[in-house]
Amino acid sequence: MEHNHHHTNTEYLLHLADNALVLGHRNSEWCGHGPILEQDIAITNISLDLIGQARNFYQYAAELTGGSCTEDSLAYLRDAGEFRNAVMAELPKGDWAFTTLRQFLSSAFQHLLYTNLAVGQDARLAGIALKSLKEVTYHLRWSSEWVIRLGDGTEESNTRINFALLQLWPYHTEFFTAAAYETGTSNPVSLYGPWLHKVNSVFLEAGLAVPSTVVNRFSGKTGQHTDDLVNLLAEMQVLPRTYPDALW
Amino acid sequence: MDNAEQLFQVRINDEVRIEPKDWMPDAYRKTLVRQISQHAHSEIVGMLPEGAWITRAPSLKRKAILLAKVQDEAGHGLYLYSAAETLGTTRLQMIDDLHSGKAKYSSIFNYPTESWADIGAIGWLVDGAAILNQVMLCRTSYGPYARAMVRICKEESFHQRQGFELLLHLSAGTAEQKSMCQDAINRWWWPSLMMFGPKDSESTNSDQSMKWKIKRKTNDELRQEFVNMCAEQVKVLGMTLPDPDLAWNESAQSYDFGEINWDEFWKVVKGDGPCNKERLETRKQAWEDGEWVREAANAYAGKLASRKDLIPEGPCHPGRISSIQTPVRL
Repeated sequence: MEHNHHHTNTEYLLHLADNALVLGHRNSEWCGHGPILEQDIAITNISLDLIGQARNFYQYAAELTGGSCTEDSLAYLRDAGEFRNAVMAELPKGDWAFTTLRQFLSSAFQHLLYTNLAVGQDARLAGIALKSLKEVTYHLRWSSEWVIRLGDGTEESNTRINFALLQLWPYHTEFFTAAAYETGTSNPVSLYGPWLHKVNSVFLEAGLAVPSTVVNRFSGKTGQHTDDLVNLLAEMQVLPRTYPDALW
Repeated sequence: MDNAEQLFQVRINDEVRIEPKDWMPDAYRKTLVRQISQHAHSEIVGMLPEGAWITRAPSLKRKAILLAKVQDEAGHGLYLYSAAETLGTTRLQMIDDLHSGKAKYSSIFNYPTESWADIGAIGWLVDGAAILNQVMLCRTSYGPYARAMVRICKEESFHQRQGFELLLHLSAGTAEQKSMCQDAINRWWWPSLMMFGPKDSESTNSDQSMKWKIKRKTNDELRQEFVNMCAEQVKVLGMTLPDPDLAWNESAQSYDFGEINWDEFWKVVKGDGPCNKERLETRKQAWEDGEWVREAANAYAGKLASRKDLIPEGPCHPGRISSIQTPVRL
């Protein structure tokens, strides 16, 4: 049937969902521990948005999969090797510089990606992307402001964000390395130019310099993850794994 | 009582709300600062026991609900700190007092959250107990406190329903879930009763607070309302409250209940509860870890202001933490 041609493949949906869930999980670890109340609320908000996006993608993937598959079976009953998020999302939350810079690099990418998806062939996916785009616009603004503030704040904040940048930078290349399921319009290669442009413009204001690019060694998008994700999932999935018959 | 104080009491008796610029007795101001800041600290420290289960919530929906709930508590903390600031104290001062141990927060948050069912029990019992107190405070005599409370009550009653609904799911679930549910109720019941404070006969602050209409019901009255409410609701869950003396009293038209362990109550109030040290250390750690972030934000705000030829806020400006109070979507 004609309309079936516009369904996105489920592995790609899982990639989108896993990215959002894993990053949302890391941000949620700040809840109650933020540097000031207003920012505790802000990072929790971003976490909530990301988990909400993940749910929309999982629900769609579950419907396409059919059977007993649900958003929760996808989130809670897959092992790390089945997760399709980029590795950057799973790295431990680090300090405020690491968290806000990761959010910035991720949101800048998500913003471009969702903008494309919002006008894509798959109406259901386009709807989710459009709704999420409003949230990501805020995440991008909020995280840009923090990158600038920390880059141009004190000597300590500048040192910390430069350190975070050195740690995070090698992971960005994975965003733009197409996995087998990123075909056609979902191929991210063309987003690299606009992404780098955005990053440079914020870095200019922050007084940061883009490090010399390193070769991509990471492939979370094809299931090659760090122990950090294994540990994250062990914690996140503990109840459904311990009580497989329970509904919550 | 001097003339001003008499006039003040007349206004209170006439149910006229006291506003920040109005004259008020020092003791009234002090009582409110103590109570409102204690309330604000309770919201902030209260984020920790529940926050511990955010990463382990057993479904995505429950995770989102819990995150939103803990975030609401941060929001309540904000309104309350703001209400207290209208009395001439600063948030920084209040936070210092919390960290030094000078200011208290509700003892209930010095108990651990051992299982997922605790999240439901906290919503049902702890928020339930808090609401009875807070509904009364919507009519408290100090305007900013009363108005903050109206907004808080709406969200709290939502939290209580969510907590009850969580337990309802467990109570209809597997044998393990049922036992988890009963166990959480057993552990949270008595500490929840203690939330209403000492008995009226032992309460040092109660009389004057009633006279000033800061409080409108006594500790024992509120506690009795709570017992009456929960004794009925627990039946819907098919669970029991851990009190062999709990019984309907036909002539009083309310439930009789057993004696609270007041030794435990005072022990936890005085800092010797299961998690007092851990909670305070966690708060202090978060605050210390955030120091460089706040400094950077202030330094940046200062640079921005000087670039615009404005007078920058110095690092010791009383409003120094306000520069990163950027607009937040709630």
